[in-house]
Parts: sequence; C-alpha cells; structure tokens
Amino acid sequence: MSESGLGSTEPPRSGAGMYGAGAEIVMRAEDVHKSFGRLHVLKGVSLEMTKGETVCIIGPSGSGKTTFIRCINHLEKIDSGRIEVNGHLIGYREHNGKLVEDSERSIARQRTEIGMVFQRFNLFPHKTALENVIEAPVHVLRTPKEQAVGLGKALLERVGLADKLDTYPGKLSGGQQQRVAIARALAMGPALMLFDEATSALDPETIGEVLAVMEELARAGTTMIVVTHEMGFARQAANRVVMMDDGQIIEEGPPEHFFEAPEHERTKQFLSKIL
Amino acid sequence: MHGLVAVDLHVIWQQVFHPDSILFRTLWATVYISVAAQTAGVLLGLLAALARMSRFAPLRWMSGVYVWIFRGTPVLVQIFYVYFAFSWPTLRFGFWTITDAAIAGTIALSINEGAYMREIIRAGIDSVDKGQMEAAKSVGMTYGLAMRRIILPQAARVIVPPLGNEFNNMMKTTSLLFTIGVFELFAFSQQNYSRYFIADYFLAIAVWYLMLTTIWAFIQAYIERRLAVSERGDELSFRERLQAAWNPVTSWARGGGG
Repeated sequence: MSESGLGSTEPPRSGAGMYGAGAEIVMRAEDVHKSFGRLHVLKGVSLEMTKGETVCIIGPSGSGKTTFIRCINHLEKIDSGRIEVNGHLIGYREHNGKLVEDSERSIARQRTEIGMVFQRFNLFPHKTALENVIEAPVHVLRTPKEQAVGLGKALLERVGLADKLDTYPGKLSGGQQQRVAIARALAMGPALMLFDEATSALDPETIGEVLAVMEELARAGTTMIVVTHEMGFARQAANRVVMMDDGQIIEEGPPEHFFEAPEHERTKQFLSKIL
Repeated sequence: MHGLVAVDLHVIWQQVFHPDSILFRTLWATVYISVAAQTAGVLLGLLAALARMSRFAPLRWMSGVYVWIFRGTPVLVQIFYVYFAFSWPTLRFGFWTITDAAIAGTIALSINEGAYMREIIRAGIDSVDKGQMEAAKSVGMTYGLAMRRIILPQAARVIVPPLGNEFNNMMKTTSLLFTIGVFELFAFSQQNYSRYFIADYFLAIAVWYLMLTTIWAFIQAYIERRLAVSERGDELSFRERLQAAWNPVTSWARGGGG
C-alpha cells in the first residue's frame, strides 16, 4: 500500500526522541484492511505508537477514523493486516503461520489493556458513577471490592467528580457522563486509551471540561489515540496528528507541521474548511 | 331456601373465611405449580432467546421450531401429551406429595410458557442500547458476563410488566391441570360440585383466584417501582421506596387497578 504517501514510512519531524532506540511500542497496526460488505472502509492503514504518545486522528467523516480505532480493540473484525497492542496480537492468534480468530475469552482479556471512550458515553444507566467505574475491576480483574472502591473514588476525583460518586448517569450532564466514562476506562489500567469523537455528542458548554480532562491525561503521559474534530485539542495536546482520508493515512506529523504547513492538498482543503 | 336464592352466601362465606384443610391443600398446589412452571418457563424462555440470537444457525432454528410448535398448539393438548406419553414419578417429601400428574402438568406448562417468554425476553434484550454491549466488551467483559451484569438487568425493566401478566395468566391456567387429575383449586370446587350440586363452590374458588391475582398485582407493582428507580436516575431513601411501593396499593384502592 505504497499510495499511503507520507504514511508511516517517513519519520516525523519532531518528538523524534520518542522514536529513539528503546522507545516502547504500545500499538502497531500494519496494513489494516476492513470492508463492510462492498464498502472498503480501511485500505491499508499502518500506524505505530510509542509509550506516552498522544496521537490525534483527524479527517472528514467517512474517512475510516472511527472504524480504525474500533478495530484496535476488536469491536470491528479486520479483514487483513495485523494489530498489536502491548505486543499482543489483537483478535487473532497465529496458528501454523496463519491468523485464526481468537477465543472470546482471550479477546476479552486483550481488551482489558485498551480503554475506550465512546461518542455517546455508553455508561451503564442502572449503576451509579462509582459502580460504573468499579464494575469491570471487580468483575473482570477480580480486584477486591474495597481496593476497587478506593481506586474508583481516586479516578472520579481526578476527573473532577468526587461529589458525584453515588449519582446515576441519568442525573449527570453529558460532560459529567463522559468524564465518568473516562474514569471507567482508566480503572482497568489500560496501556492504551482510545477516544472515539468523545466530545461530538456534547453541548458546547460542556466540551471544555471533557477536553481539559483529556489534556491532563495527555500531559500525564497516557498513551492515547484521539479521533476528534477539536483542532484546538489536536494543536495543544497531540504529539502527532494523523490525517485520514478515504480509508488511508495521507499525512502525519507534529501539530505545528499540520496547522502551519500541511503538505497534502487534501489536508489543506480539509483544514481550511474546519479551522 | 336453596332454590330461592341464586347465590348461596353460606357456601361462599364458609369456603372463603373458614376454608378447610383440603381447600388449603388445593390452594397450595395451585400456588406452587404456578411458581414452579413460571420460573422454569422464564429460564426456558431465556435460553431460547439467547439461542435465537446465537451466531450458530442450528440453535436459532431450534429456538424457532420450539416457539412455532408450542405457541401453535393448544396448551391442553400439550398437557395431555406430556402426561400420557411419558411415565412420571410421584415425589414424597414428608407430608407433601407431588403426584405424577402434578409433575407432568408443571413440565407441560413450563415448556408452553417458555415459548411465550422467549419473545418477551428477546424484546427486552433488544430494547437495551447496542452501545451497552460494546461498552461492556471494551472493559474486558465476555458476552456472558456482559449479559448477566449489564444487559439483562436493564432488559428486566421491559421484561417485568409482561412477565407479571404471564404469571397472572399462569395462576389461572393451572386450573386446566384438573383434567389430568391434579388436585388443585379448581379440582376442589369441581369435586364439591359433583358431590353437592352447589354451583357456588365455583364462585368461592373464583374469590380465591381473585385473591391470588390481586396479591400478585401488588408484588408486581412493587417490583416495577424498584426497577424504575435506576431509570429515573433518582436516589431514593428507604422511606421513599416504601412510599413508592405503597402508591400502587392506594391507587388500586381508588380504582386505578394493577
């Protein structure tokens, strides 16, 4: 898939220190293809992420951004290529040199290393904020309840919701719900966080509080992939910005490169519309 | 006096307010058969609903054939077939005897009920937002754990009201088991009628059936209130929950019904 242009072959211009010898690769996607029926959504996407990096994926709707990060935790099954997180092949295992779909149990185990924040929050409505956060630590990781409660309270405090522990999602604003969702994902101690347009369904006045939490996470060295239309966030918090169009990565680089001197014609066009 | 009065109040008074031990025995049979058949029916319905949603096609077909047959034939036919086609044991636990007919009848009612419950449970599961399963999976839950902890508790809100109606129906449908010789509430009245030719025995047990279904209506309302708590996103104190449970009682007394 050499038509992916700048793609992953060219080294980025800044933040290069992260690519030095010994930088730990957290996520590696190689030539990922995905079709829905006859619609070819991902046409050979390759991306590598080192520990502590924040990558923003931008691009027009329908470019495959969301599909790509849903493939990373196997909510979508890829047709070819491979994705590794923390050195584990996602969704498949190698058997006599072929890739075979993995068992449900081991896919579930791999997902514990990947946190996901959805556009529409998807909090568990029958559980309080704290219960949402400790649900998976207690029932998936088998963390003792008291320990999980301690962790849950600390995480909710970190996202600024220490006073909403016992509140049900139905009583929280969109921004508050999304911050609970972030805490819920963090509670599993994931190696990688995925944000799927986490602010797109929010009221304008609550977008800021969610972005602030995400920026704090990025500063604290969380490895995260952020699919977003928030260019301000991309400029401030991202180490690297990736532009996707028509199922491919057409350009990537540090935010300065993107917002000051984009190279690809399609990127210029897209940014001129959105900025 | 008998020939003059259409309703023999004495019989009704006697059977309702001074029931003898035989009536109690039959009342108990009606209750335990209803509860057992409904419980088993819910479990069968759940299995059939999960089979219906399985990725494995033969399971989906089996679920379809099950519902097709048991909703498509009379329950009385099913009861007779199950009772006469197989030989069932009679169980004794001290004073309590469960006859072969009661076992066969309970099993027939369970299987029949499961076919109806499958659709109710499936509708409940379908009513839960698809994002819930994705969110549960994204935090590392398996399908089974996500079903148990996340999907079914939410589906319960949608399942419980029709489930309550099914149970109401079940308590009344158990009267059919009289036909295979189960000694339950209706059999009691039938036996007394054929002995004394007083039709008011039927009226008396109608009062008993009515009491059973009315008590159930209260219990159902209570369960529905409790399930609604998380839907509203409220945090209710114990006192408020008691009040919420009491409300359907008072509204029923005002003529609102169950």
